[in-house]
Amino acid sequence: MIFLSRTLPLVVAFAFGMLGVVIYYIPHGNAQSLEREMALWVRIVFAFSYLLGLYSLLNLHWQRIRQRVAGWAYSLIAILSFAVMMVFVVYNDGLGPFAAQAEAGGYKWLFDNIHVPCASTMFSILAFFIASAAYRTFRARTPEAALLLIAAVIVMLGRVPIGRELADFFPLATDWLLNVPNLAAKRGILLGVSLGAIATSLRIIFGIERSYLGGGAE
Amino acid sequence: MRAKNWLSALVLAWPLASAAENAEQGIDPLLIDPGIGTLLAQPEPPIEVQAFDTPNDDGGSITLTWPRDPQISENALYQIAVADSPKGPFRVVAEVAATGNLMSEAPALFGHGADLKNHHYVNVEEFARAGGKTPLEDGKTYYFHIDVRSAGGAIRGKVIVNAESRGNFFNNSKVNNLVLCLVFSGLIMGYIGIARRRELKIRRIAGLEALDEALGRATEMGKPVLFIHGLRGMDAISTIAAVNILGRVARRTAEYDTALRVVAPDPVVMSVSQETVKASYVEAGRPDAFNPDHVFVASTEQFSYAAAVEGIMVRDRPAAHIMMGYFYAESLLLAETGATTGAIQIAGTDAFTQLPFFITTCDYTLLGEELYAASAYLSGEPRMLGSLKGQDAGKAILLAILVLGSLLVTSEWWPQLTHLFTPA
Repeated sequence: MIFLSRTLPLVVAFAFGMLGVVIYYIPHGNAQSLEREMALWVRIVFAFSYLLGLYSLLNLHWQRIRQRVAGWAYSLIAILSFAVMMVFVVYNDGLGPFAAQAEAGGYKWLFDNIHVPCASTMFSILAFFIASAAYRTFRARTPEAALLLIAAVIVMLGRVPIGRELADFFPLATDWLLNVPNLAAKRGILLGVSLGAIATSLRIIFGIERSYLGGGAE
Repeated sequence: MRAKNWLSALVLAWPLASAAENAEQGIDPLLIDPGIGTLLAQPEPPIEVQAFDTPNDDGGSITLTWPRDPQISENALYQIAVADSPKGPFRVVAEVAATGNLMSEAPALFGHGADLKNHHYVNVEEFARAGGKTPLEDGKTYYFHIDVRSAGGAIRGKVIVNAESRGNFFNNSKVNNLVLCLVFSGLIMGYIGIARRRELKIRRIAGLEALDEALGRATEMGKPVLFIHGLRGMDAISTIAAVNILGRVARRTAEYDTALRVVAPDPVVMSVSQETVKASYVEAGRPDAFNPDHVFVASTEQFSYAAAVEGIMVRDRPAAHIMMGYFYAESLLLAETGATTGAIQIAGTDAFTQLPFFITTCDYTLLGEELYAASAYLSGEPRMLGSLKGQDAGKAILLAILVLGSLLVTSEWWPQLTHLFTPA
């Protein structure tokens, strides 16, 4: 039992981790076809996992409806929406479920006229959230916040036509802020992230990190 | 008609007479007017032609190189002909402009060097047959010659070279990557070894110190903890780091007997998270408290996911929101909605474009590498902490290289330095 729950996952993680690292440096056709083969396995696993995801989603909403928890009506809408979309996907504009998805028909109409506008609406809310978050951040209560406020005002003015009209300084200062201090910070974060990724990979490959197996105790 | 012939003779005679006059004065006509040079000197096909297997590839490609002719007309073309027998038939497979395809333009193949700009190259991957083009076969010998075509006509190359293509077992253009990878891996493994023998001091990470506070608060309030995965799948290292943190969080919620909800945007992430949470509950001696329905997929679409998670935040009012992984535009939607519910919010991401949003709206934010350090930090195990120390040592080396490199490149004392870090 310990072998299946502990040893085998560690061996698999080590073998495939090392394989992934080695293949990166080998351009030979055999190595590349092995990589493609592994990518294919991932896609197959992913395809089957969609069934698990679907079960999880439907079960979650079904339980909410059954228990009449707060907002259960939204769960009902989610399940009904799924059912309607499923009907149109299977119907596939008269082509049936085994043909490639049709470019027209009910599924496409629902996607373009309900899903896309809903997603766009969610995205547009971001503008208001940015405004409220910016208001909180730019209250100059500390020297750092004051600095942030000044930099933000310069960048905002440098990005709109009125800034250029007011003074050439704004677009120039904006470019400098974005290309020098901002880019330096970004690159610093990226370097740290890359090192962190190497460290995490090594910990997993060599079985030092075991929290994904639960707890991490040896 | 006669007048026309006289006129033609004059037009032709003038440059010849002019060239003869220049020759008397010791002036090379090519230096005066390339048009005249072209008229007088027909370019010769290259003699020093080399053919070899294209390096750093998976086979099916042969590279030809030859020296650049400084006197050739800009309008001239090199024509590369190939055959599978030295007797032919040869067919043209590529044309290279007299000023193009210089070896200095392909550092991944030929590296760096001052002389590379004086040589042309071409990669041949297809072989023309009567039935159409077919790819080159590995291990089979192919024969090439290079012709020159200019305004004066085409001249066939006399030199025939041959080569075989084959798949390579190492990509030399990634040597710098391998060296850096080995150095950093050696550092990390070295510090892990040191950590086994003596205690290492690790810098404090406020966001992770606050994790216990957030879980304790949720326990006191009797409300759940909501763990929100980023949008990337299980193949992303940030998601793996998030799952590692989830394992630690789940173990503590199991010990504190606090409800834990985990939202995933992807079925694979959900399955891995379910197994991780289950294993943590078993490790904590509370397998009965684990409910697989508490780890679920909210949606696989970005904004549907954001809407579903926001709904959970507003309706269920969890005491703590832990957002870990790679986030996109939904980061602010989630964090701002979470902030309005009054929950403690701890976020960790390596998406630097989203970091400002999390810093603005969350109580604590793990910046970039701290996301990867979190699991090791929370474990407190010497070996894990050793890897963190190795990470910091790697950063110190990078900083030193950056400063030194900037100084050397700015002073132009060692310009070749930039080549060391040129990506493939």
